[in-house]
Amino acid sequence: MDRLDLLREAARKVLDSGQVEGVLALRADHGGTVPHLFHPGDDLSDLALWPKFPLPRTVDMLLSSHPEARLGIVVRGCDERGLIEMAKRHQVDLARLTLIGLACTAEEVAYCPCTRPYPNEIAVGEAVEGVEHVLAAEQARLSLAERMAFWRRQFAKCFKCYGCRNVCPQCFCEQCTLEDDLWVERGVLAPPFPSFHLIRALHTVGKCIGCHECELSCPADIPLTILYTLLRQDAQEMFGYEPGASLEDKPPLVVAGVT
Amino acid sequence: MDYRNVLTTCIYCGAGCSLYLQVLDGKVVGVLPAKQHPISEGRLCIKGWNAHAFIHHEDRLTRPLIRDNGAFREASWDEALTLIADRLREVRATHGPDAIGFLTSAKCTNEENYLLQKFARVVIGTNNVDHCARL
Ligand code: SF4
Ligand code: SF4
Ligand code: SF4
Repeated sequence: MDRLDLLREAARKVLDSGQVEGVLALRADHGGTVPHLFHPGDDLSDLALWPKFPLPRTVDMLLSSHPEARLGIVVRGCDERGLIEMAKRHQVDLARLTLIGLACTAEEVAYCPCTRPYPNEIAVGEAVEGVEHVLAAEQARLSLAERMAFWRRQFAKCFKCYGCRNVCPQCFCEQCTLEDDLWVERGVLAPPFPSFHLIRALHTVGKCIGCHECELSCPADIPLTILYTLLRQDAQEMFGYEPGASLEDKPPLVVAGVT
Repeated sequence: MDYRNVLTTCIYCGAGCSLYLQVLDGKVVGVLPAKQHPISEGRLCIKGWNAHAFIHHEDRLTRPLIRDNGAFREASWDEALTLIADRLREVRATHGPDAIGFLTSAKCTNEENYLLQKFARVVIGTNNVDHCARL
């Protein structure tokens, strides 16, 4: 059986368990994929794998609108880490979720690129080695002035679509600072440099789990994950904290009382 | 719980980005970009990300309004269309066809936009046709 058949079988088992109302996964649609809630008894032949979508955001919405419901969800490494960080901040109740862990393939890892391409509990697939974010490593070797020039050029392209924030599973504030006139004036492009992007970057410290969705959704092709990868490395070096690695580790900014 | 995504095309401009409307229990609650689309490739501008916002909005007009003595009142389609036809005829007779202009919309189909310019040129007799994307 290939990986997709195994995933279908795993999803079927969870659906048949009687424990959940449905399983959130991806469905093949018009040559791509889209999040979909499969119900017990549904045909799973159009359950799909790739391109990935950030499912934690969607499951949060479903659980919030149905406070009694319990759901299954297919999680890649980044999805599981995202849910763990969300749970630490009381965004999702993991007790209401049955996770179906999916390990990524080497091709998928290269596409992202990702250092930890598997969830803690793998139901389908086999863990492969993570890879380094080459562009982030290159950036780290530049001088401060060179980095400043690089980001000034990149962020000048930003036209404030808010896609990076909308898609990010770790951006869940009800009042977003990026919509506060004090920090970001309306009707002005590009947004203030570097505060617009640094506000979002700093707000995701200890939360960003490297799913790369922000960069994938950027119409201006800004390599946002260079910034987020370096911040994640800093948090790891300075505080020994790896977002999403375990439910027990306390995020440094939560310990400091900042978030 | 009924959650599904419906593929559609953004209604805000002519680029034609593709997006999914997220429908939860029969209500449109959000938008997801369509990653497979050859034009938008999983990206959207701020208008696309908010393309669902008007659907259930309380300010959305659901019936024609006619301004009487400075205030709007609800009217039937028949009454509204008759008033429009009468006024168009009147303005055209008094000031000529070029006193009238037509603004069409990205929220309509190609065919509907074609019909409107045809109406402007053939029925009214003016080339004053423009589009909401240039407003
Ligand atoms: S970010 Fe990592 S875990 Fe997530 S899909 Fe990419 S390779 Fe897999
Ligand atoms: S990679 Fe981007 S979208 Fe994903 S958690 Fe980090 S900041 Fe958010
Ligand atoms: S996705 Fe890109 S263009 Fe849109 S707000 Fe974020 S950085 Fe700017």
